[in-house]
Amino acid sequence: MSAIGELAHGERQKDESRDNKAGYIFLTPWLIGLVVITIGPMLASLYLSFTSYPLLAGPTWTGLTNYIRMFNDPRLLNSLVVTFTYVVVGVPLQLILALAIAVLLNTGMKGLAFYRSVFYLPSLMGSSVAIALLWRQMFGTTGLVNQLLQSLVVENPPGWIADPSTALGTIILLHVWTFGSPMIIFLAGLRQIPTMYYEAASVDGASKWTQFRTITLPLLSPIVFFNLVLQIIGAFQAFTQAFIVSGGTGGPADSTMFFTLYLYQQGFTNFQMGYASAMAWLLVIIIGIFTAINFAVSKYWVFYDD
Amino acid sequence: MTETNTPDVQLAAAAASDENTVTERRTRSGSSTARSVIKHILLVLAAIVMIYPLLWMVVSSFRPTAEIFRDTSLWLTTFRVENYAEGWNALNHPFSRYLWNSTIIALGSIIGNVVSCSLAAYAFARLKFKGRSILFSIMLLTLMLPIHVLIVPQYIVFAQFGWINTFWPLILPKFLATEAFFVFLMVQFIRGLPKELDEAALIDGCGHFRIFFNVILPLMVPAIATTTIFTFIWSWNDFFSALIYLTSPQMFTVPVALKGFLDSTGGSNWGAMFAMSLVSLLPVFFAFLFGQRFLIRGIATTGIK
Repeated sequence: MSAIGELAHGERQKDESRDNKAGYIFLTPWLIGLVVITIGPMLASLYLSFTSYPLLAGPTWTGLTNYIRMFNDPRLLNSLVVTFTYVVVGVPLQLILALAIAVLLNTGMKGLAFYRSVFYLPSLMGSSVAIALLWRQMFGTTGLVNQLLQSLVVENPPGWIADPSTALGTIILLHVWTFGSPMIIFLAGLRQIPTMYYEAASVDGASKWTQFRTITLPLLSPIVFFNLVLQIIGAFQAFTQAFIVSGGTGGPADSTMFFTLYLYQQGFTNFQMGYASAMAWLLVIIIGIFTAINFAVSKYWVFYDD
Repeated sequence: MTETNTPDVQLAAAAASDENTVTERRTRSGSSTARSVIKHILLVLAAIVMIYPLLWMVVSSFRPTAEIFRDTSLWLTTFRVENYAEGWNALNHPFSRYLWNSTIIALGSIIGNVVSCSLAAYAFARLKFKGRSILFSIMLLTLMLPIHVLIVPQYIVFAQFGWINTFWPLILPKFLATEAFFVFLMVQFIRGLPKELDEAALIDGCGHFRIFFNVILPLMVPAIATTTIFTFIWSWNDFFSALIYLTSPQMFTVPVALKGFLDSTGGSNWGAMFAMSLVSLLPVFFAFLFGQRFLIRGIATTGIK
């Protein structure tokens, strides 16, 4: 069962009083964390988002100024476009690749464990600074990729991270490279589909593609949905790769200025804590809206086999 | 790698059904051999594309920088171990300093997550108390909360405690079960354990603490292993929080130190940079190698990275 499934269905269990004390004792660390590390800071940041707060001077109430400023800040609006592009292109590409490879691997291959390892390893390393540095070399003007392209007689290879029109693409590619973890989730889901469905379809003369469309996709749709929700939430928070690949600048020409990167610069380079808090809340709202849309649309395509 | 020792019924069953489908398909259709060859070719090509950059980085860490920008192959013509010595000493402190800092934070995080998340998970999975379902929903909701909305106030609070440039902001939250993924993972695991075990212990007069420590905890070893390995990898790779909280070089973790290569050498000594990048990836690689089955089971049940 997935986290999303639980949230959607809720938990129905009647309360009995006998474990009350023990329950709260076991929960104490978590409850303290919830109040001190999560809810407290959330409320504080909500308050700060309505203030002007240069770190050294302390907060002064400015009402909606930060929120109005955000919508007139061209760099911020640009960072939203960059982030949306990353999410809307990167997440589907990564999931389609993950699904395709998972389906391929699920057909009873020899060497399943080997392939699974090879495809999974990059997703453990993809968020590291080391891999982002590697990307910086590979997609540099004279990096590995262009060396390979030139040996294949490509006359003028692109500048990749040096070129505003391709820099974001290289970071999206890095995201796609880490398709291993959704692939594992798809593999686990594919194994739950009874083979007799496919056998029956084969007897009826259904082609592989028809089987995929009419059996695999509907039965796997809850897992596709689960992956989609989680990957979108994660992708909105991407930071390290853009930071390292662009050398902390979000460049060239702000083309890799992710929303989180701009937030970091506002909060921890310029120490504009009020503005950074407003930006953080905008991010929460955006993620909330995307997740809500996801849940709303899921009624039309996610198939629960109860 | 092998899954022969896994106690996980689901994986074992899945592995068994793999074998079945292989033989079935072979006997059934004549074109299956050709199809299987094409599949393998596709997968091998994909695997090469996926893994080539990593292998090339390993090889390049032994090349002079000029050669890194010329040689796209995996064959070494010169073997320059000096990259490692140079990289090790290229920054303010020897690289061992950063490895040590990262290790301390990782160990603290592992202990914190295992202790606090298992306690919370036992409460959610086994105890009936007022407000459990609403608290459980809140716990799941915190899974989706971006760290950015918490980081500014947390930074201000930790700054008032005088904890900037210490490891506390990176370790302490882990002792408060703030990584909800692991709570959820362990809840799922405990729910899968037969209830008769703790009911029998309850009848024998055990309190919840004894049930937790003597019955549940020993059975939770696989879930604890998954938590340990994931916590290690996440904490080892964590860049954002370390970048914000750690300000002086002697406190830097490995990722923040690696970033220093871009600043200090202007990102020009790629040989040394690759060498230290590789050093930084090795622990993750070994965690993957030895913990793979726990990792795979972990993401299969919860969907974590």
